[in-house]
Amino acid sequence: MVEPGAAGAGAPGGAGGGHDGAGGGQDEAGRGHDGAGRGRDGAGGGHDPGGAHHSRGGRFLSAVLPGLPQIMVGRMGAGSAALLTWTGMLWILVARGERVVAAARSGAWDDRLALATVVVGLLGAWLWSWRDVGRAGGEEEIGVSQWDLAVRAFARNRTAVAGLIVIGGLYGIALVTPLVAPHDPNEQLGLLTHRYLGLSAAHPLGTDHFARDVLSRLLYGARISLAIGFVAVGISVTIGTLVGAVAGYLGGIADSVLMRFVDMVISFPRLVLLITIIALFEPSIFLITAVLGLTLWPGTARIVRAEVLSLREREFVQAAVALGYSKRRIILKHLIPNALAPVIVAATLGIGNTIVLEAGLSFLGLGVQPPTPSWGTMVDDGRANLLGAWWLSTFPGLAIVFTVLSFNLVGDGLRDALDPRMRT
Amino acid sequence: MSARAGAGPADGGVRAADEPRAGPAPLLSVTDLRTWFFTDRGVVRAVDGVSFEVHGGETLGIVGESGCGKTVTSLSLLGLLPRPPARIVDGSSIRLHGEELVGAAESRLRALRGNRVAMIFQEPMSSLNPVFPVGDQIGEPLRLHRGMGRTQARTEAVRLMREVGIPDPERRVDDYPHQLSGGMRQRVMIAMALSCEPSLLIADEPTTALDVTIQAQILELLADLRARHGMAVLLITHDLGVVAEVCDRVAVMYAGQLVETGTVEQIFTDAQHPYTKGLLGSLPSVGEPGGRLAAIPGTVPSPLRWPAGCRFRERCAWAISGCERPQELIALGEVPVAPSGEGPREGLEPGAPAEGSPQGGWTLGAPMAGVPPDRRAGDPASGRAVRCWRASEAAMTGRPWPPGGLFGQDDGGGESARDDGAPEARAW
Repeated sequence: MVEPGAAGAGAPGGAGGGHDGAGGGQDEAGRGHDGAGRGRDGAGGGHDPGGAHHSRGGRFLSAVLPGLPQIMVGRMGAGSAALLTWTGMLWILVARGERVVAAARSGAWDDRLALATVVVGLLGAWLWSWRDVGRAGGEEEIGVSQWDLAVRAFARNRTAVAGLIVIGGLYGIALVTPLVAPHDPNEQLGLLTHRYLGLSAAHPLGTDHFARDVLSRLLYGARISLAIGFVAVGISVTIGTLVGAVAGYLGGIADSVLMRFVDMVISFPRLVLLITIIALFEPSIFLITAVLGLTLWPGTARIVRAEVLSLREREFVQAAVALGYSKRRIILKHLIPNALAPVIVAATLGIGNTIVLEAGLSFLGLGVQPPTPSWGTMVDDGRANLLGAWWLSTFPGLAIVFTVLSFNLVGDGLRDALDPRMRT
Repeated sequence: MSARAGAGPADGGVRAADEPRAGPAPLLSVTDLRTWFFTDRGVVRAVDGVSFEVHGGETLGIVGESGCGKTVTSLSLLGLLPRPPARIVDGSSIRLHGEELVGAAESRLRALRGNRVAMIFQEPMSSLNPVFPVGDQIGEPLRLHRGMGRTQARTEAVRLMREVGIPDPERRVDDYPHQLSGGMRQRVMIAMALSCEPSLLIADEPTTALDVTIQAQILELLADLRARHGMAVLLITHDLGVVAEVCDRVAVMYAGQLVETGTVEQIFTDAQHPYTKGLLGSLPSVGEPGGRLAAIPGTVPSPLRWPAGCRFRERCAWAISGCERPQELIALGEVPVAPSGEGPREGLEPGAPAEGSPQGGWTLGAPMAGVPPDRRAGDPASGRAVRCWRASEAAMTGRPWPPGGLFGQDDGGGESARDDGAPEARAW
């Protein structure tokens, strides 16, 4: 974590960046690209070990291209995340300026969300890099929590960090999709002229049988798939954690009743349950999310219960009782935070699984209903003409593969980082 | 097995101790505490008729070897044992400031825990929540019991950390437990326990997990804090060295019962019960190097089936026939005063063994029962008492005890059948 703060080492590079930084603040968008060019010069100059990280030059460089100073000293993960966020958001402001303005005026919730994401992304990347560069001499070793230690362990795992960047990028793009997507996902561009167009500059991923832009549909589909995964796992983790913690801590009858209920939910064939519920009601995104969320929690409940069973024998729980804390307080404040590590791992892997499950349901026509795009329905759409228009199924399929792969990589990384054996 | 089966007075409870007594009301008064575990294998009578009192500002040490019920006693006081299997049997009484705690509502106990009565545990390494900074943990009881706000609790936490001798508390307040050493963690535990200024601090082996240097520091800190805050301390330990250092009074526990009580001086200079003698004899001494460390042979019997009669009999060097009769905790040192003030009564001489009588060959119980509790000097709950009929008899009659000296052979101090299969005296 602590970089050697060789102050003068990066001076030549720092000077170039410095010149740039002076003007950079006045016209963000215009000079952002300018800064990119000079910033690379700076990177060249800063090859010396230690780099320009903590020098004055590092500060200026960070002001123009946040993340670059960190990349120069070899912190690829955090640095490239900041740099990608910064350049990506700037690109939106520049290339999609008119849409940003329109979104600011429209007031629709997803437009607002997208704008907020852009603002938060820009400010977040910039401020983080600025403060990070300013922190000379490394971290304070006071108040380093178990989580901080886990974060450090995670940061050393390159594949996991790469997965995290992919996931972060996916969610970032999903949030700003209304500003980015070239077309409306359901817009038919002309059934006579634009059906089954192959890959081209105008339609990077082609068009489908209804003459819709596949890239736009893929981007909007990402929102649906990722949101369903996230919300469903959020529901299941919340329920599972509470049920597991209560069952594990109270024990006795409460434990028996709750865990028998868990067994019951688990023993239900999930797919049959899903199909039945969806057949009974009108399939909708909310219904699918709710059903997925409400059937996934027993796994979490078992994990948390097992964890709590061992935690409650620890002396700090006994001490909490001896200090007069209520059961509720002990469960919520003392047991659940300690049981979260395996839950986080399970949740990360669970999001991947849920995305696959949702894609499967949608592929079968039981999930998200057309014309709303989701990756599963898009694969299904392309199924009919797989040889003629391979791009229809291939890209959403690849999107699913890479997303789930990223979640699994991050999940494995988290498992390693949160390994209880690491704890003192 | 019924809860009171075999729990008659003769089984070892201190009779009449729940009657009102003269003198200042004790802070904590435990009477005939029986904490039993109802398990599949039977009833484990872990604590089986324990009575003691703790007065404001004093330190009472409860000493005994592993498995004798010390910790169960301490956990019973605040109802901290899991129920089931543990149960405090009917007839037990725990009074704090006169308020009965046995059978009290859980919410009432919660209001007392950490507030009026605080507890320190043995293992400082795991007694703190690993995911929160220590400052938050010290402040939490304050926020809960005293209704303090976050900032106020934090300020108070810093003050408490300084008071318990943690250097640089302004910085350490944000540290997590794993960043502190064992001694520092125990100081944090003490700060948590002290936060609400309890009137009673229960310390369950507070120094066992620490090295000797830190142990001395922590004990010094405890003694210092006790003097400053005027709180009473109930110290549970197996370490007589710790007792000698900080306690005012000592209660020696064996097999779920108190076997001897007294002041520290009395216990260390004039131990009466063979078990206490054994404990003292097994202390390593700087003065006598080279020799083998004496140990009490055997182990504590299974609490599933305590032996009838004296529970130490199997391991006792002075056991004779007569020891198989149930023993009572009998006040020592001061001869019971008769109601009319006519001095010692007749009948204090041990009589002939009377078969079938619960008191056996020992008639002391009869006159004692006639003495009103407020006139009875040397109350077993807070005075000098021993649970060994031979020891108390010797004290009453002025006979030498132990017979033939500590390392000598039994000279047959009790007239009752000395040669009917009693184990040979073993010298420690």
